[in-house]
Amino acid sequence: MKKITSVDKDKLEAIAIGGAVLGSGGGGDPYVGRLMTNQCLETADPVKVIEVETLDDDALILPIAMMGAPTVMMEKFPSGNEFTQLVSMMEKLMQKKVAAILCIEAGGLNSTIPFVAAAKLGLPIVDGDAMGRAFPELQMVSFTLGGIKATPMAMIDDKGNGATFDTISNQWTEKLARALTIQMGGSAMVSLYPVTAKECKKYLIKNSLSLIHYIGCVVKEHSFNAYQVLAKELKGKHLFQARVRDVERTAGEGFTRGVVKLEGIGDFAGRNAKLDFQNEFLIAMEGDKVLATTPDLICLFDANTGEPVTTEVMKYGLSVNVLGLPCDPIWRSKEAIDLVGPKYFKYDIKYQPL
Amino acid sequence: MIRIGVDVGGTNTDAVVMQSEKFLGGAKSPTTKDILSGVENAITAALNQAKTESKDVEALIVGTTHFVNAIVQRKKLAKTGLIRICLPSGGSILPFADWPKELVDSMNGKFQLVKGGFEMDGSEISKLDEKEIIIALNELIKAGCDQIAISSVFATVRGDMEQEAFDIIKKNSPNIQVSLSKNIGGMGLLERENATLINATLKPLAKEVVESFDELRNKMNFKCSMFFTRNDGTLIQSSEVIDSPVLTFACGPTNSMRGAAFLSKEKNALVVDVGGTTTDVGEVKDGFPRQAGTYVTVADVRTNFSMPDVISFGLGGGSIIDTEKITVGPQSVGHELTDKAKVFGGDVLTASDVAVSYGRCKIGTKEAPEIKNKKNIINLMDQMVEDKVARARTSSEKIPVIAVGGGSVMLDNEIDGLNVIKPPHNDLANAVGAAIAQVSGQVSKVILIDDKIDRETAIKQVTDEATNLAIKRNANPDTINLLAVSDMPLSYLPGKNLLINVTVVGDLKMENK
Repeated sequence: MKKITSVDKDKLEAIAIGGAVLGSGGGGDPYVGRLMTNQCLETADPVKVIEVETLDDDALILPIAMMGAPTVMMEKFPSGNEFTQLVSMMEKLMQKKVAAILCIEAGGLNSTIPFVAAAKLGLPIVDGDAMGRAFPELQMVSFTLGGIKATPMAMIDDKGNGATFDTISNQWTEKLARALTIQMGGSAMVSLYPVTAKECKKYLIKNSLSLIHYIGCVVKEHSFNAYQVLAKELKGKHLFQARVRDVERTAGEGFTRGVVKLEGIGDFAGRNAKLDFQNEFLIAMEGDKVLATTPDLICLFDANTGEPVTTEVMKYGLSVNVLGLPCDPIWRSKEAIDLVGPKYFKYDIKYQPL
Repeated sequence: MIRIGVDVGGTNTDAVVMQSEKFLGGAKSPTTKDILSGVENAITAALNQAKTESKDVEALIVGTTHFVNAIVQRKKLAKTGLIRICLPSGGSILPFADWPKELVDSMNGKFQLVKGGFEMDGSEISKLDEKEIIIALNELIKAGCDQIAISSVFATVRGDMEQEAFDIIKKNSPNIQVSLSKNIGGMGLLERENATLINATLKPLAKEVVESFDELRNKMNFKCSMFFTRNDGTLIQSSEVIDSPVLTFACGPTNSMRGAAFLSKEKNALVVDVGGTTTDVGEVKDGFPRQAGTYVTVADVRTNFSMPDVISFGLGGGSIIDTEKITVGPQSVGHELTDKAKVFGGDVLTASDVAVSYGRCKIGTKEAPEIKNKKNIINLMDQMVEDKVARARTSSEKIPVIAVGGGSVMLDNEIDGLNVIKPPHNDLANAVGAAIAQVSGQVSKVILIDDKIDRETAIKQVTDEATNLAIKRNANPDTINLLAVSDMPLSYLPGKNLLINVTVVGDLKMENK
């Protein structure tokens, strides 16, 4: 895997594809974030990508993300003024200038959103993230395992309304911020987990931007066979090849939950599987047999084009390949499983590593 | 029941006469500049071959690829302006994002963002301002636009702001034509907006096409109704085509795939349709084209209306060849193939000339010319087809490739390791597909799921409504099949509201004579 040092429109295209793969079906289509960044890159220089080790220990790093329902972002795009305002709110709170932008979630839309801020403000972006994939709630980051607080946090909507949070725990931040996200129309831009380079060096999941760039290049090169290459190179497992037979969605409390029924095709003909999702795919089952569970990644690829498929675009008749990828080792401790394992999402299933 | 199916391609116009499942006759005639005389020639020849008179025909069904060709070749596009109702949201991705620049230029694409739009729960982002709409409209008119497209945030949840903007525009400029995104596509602002822009830019051409067909129908003494085929292989009235040409946008590929499956009796296969300007590659499952799962890219523009999953690219019998640079298309002599191609005595080197010269087929009136780098060019052409066939496959299963379309004679006998079938009348597959087109019933409804009604019952209720609609439109009740069903919850609304879409299809039923 080649490390990237700067990102232009071409590299961003690969990053958006790779980000959709690690989105594990969720986090929204990175395409929207890619177009936002492209619009900035019309007038700005390519975004510099740096290793966290190159920063002084006390340098301030600001993660930038979108919070809320990805479906909303497919319809309602940000105004574009959010990022400058967010960073200046955070700098005021931290009483410090920001040295670099960070991607908190290398999966889904949030894999490309930080590039908008970096391009717009002319700041470098750190090669890494705090999930190694996409997760639905903001406390589900490696920083929580390191005892780092999500606040001070700033949130802003497309209309220009801003808010800051100071909370007693990351779970509370999630609860309060989510409630406000709904009032802001279902999606908002946030900056949270302001970290020093020193904290980052310890708890960052490193080089995940280079990883999603690599994954994107594999998808582009191998199209519908990409899942096979990725299974081999990233030590994953081809779980199923199927046609979508039914999708049931329910929405509530700021999330879309659902169940997808799959009917096997090709080598899997005659077999049936079921996927549960809460924005991301969380559980893959064949009858009573668990195929994969969170925090391992369940990634779907369009069987025709090889492109990653998100839960939003799941529909009857779509044919897919289901790939299981092992999560970052940081997620396999007992403490981590309590934070992001199946039980947290109210599935009565024990985590079984892929 | 006797029906005529007509397909107007960029190069040839095809017509077939069918009696139920029986092929009575068919003919191919060069597409003429005025469209009309080519269609007349094809229909006349087909009727003669079938020994049938126009007064006995019970349905005249037309499919035309004019619209998609106009976009691909960037020709006859109306100057189009977009008003996006979104502010203060929306500015981070401006309209025409990710469009090929030459396409934007060739339709003089302009846009204005104005205040308004809805949140997901149907509340207003901001109020629509009549004055702002008029200013935006005047800016677009000043920039030369004579077609207006309107998009609004969450128009799929609430379409009333688009309607309001429509009324304001019509009050101020009664003659300007307006396309609304809520009538064109589903969720996804950019994709729906893109489809609406394409619809708007095609409207004048659509009117021209429909009017000329109507004139012809009268002139040729047809007593029956005329229909057009739409993207899903079903029929619509000609009046609907004038307003929403984009709904018939992909009928060419759909008709040729349905025709290919019908003619070859292969219900599961890949279909390669080689026309004069473009080639379409797709897949049929159970006789129907596989629908695109996610978004659909048309001439490099991302859209989201329901269409068959087709890969379209610029290779056809009329593709212009550069022997120095070794390139094929996308420029094509199109309907002038029989004047301009060298094998027809012209002076433009086309893909057909290469195929004849290489010995793949025998067409034309003249000897094949000597061609430099002939082998490299034919290899490139094969490679272009093979790449797309590989992409259209869903598995390594050895299903056949059905080759159809006038240009299919240029194809090799094996593509991507798959056997190529060239069924009888394969050059008329599009017209056959049009002739066998069915009637659809499509219903889209929001239903509140509660103690009284569960999801399954709600879907059944909508399916029954769609079925009744199809029957009302003259579908034979015994032949109705479920084509597509989807349900999507409207989040952040009190209770559990489901947006349910159902499409059913059935055979056209005619009064027995």
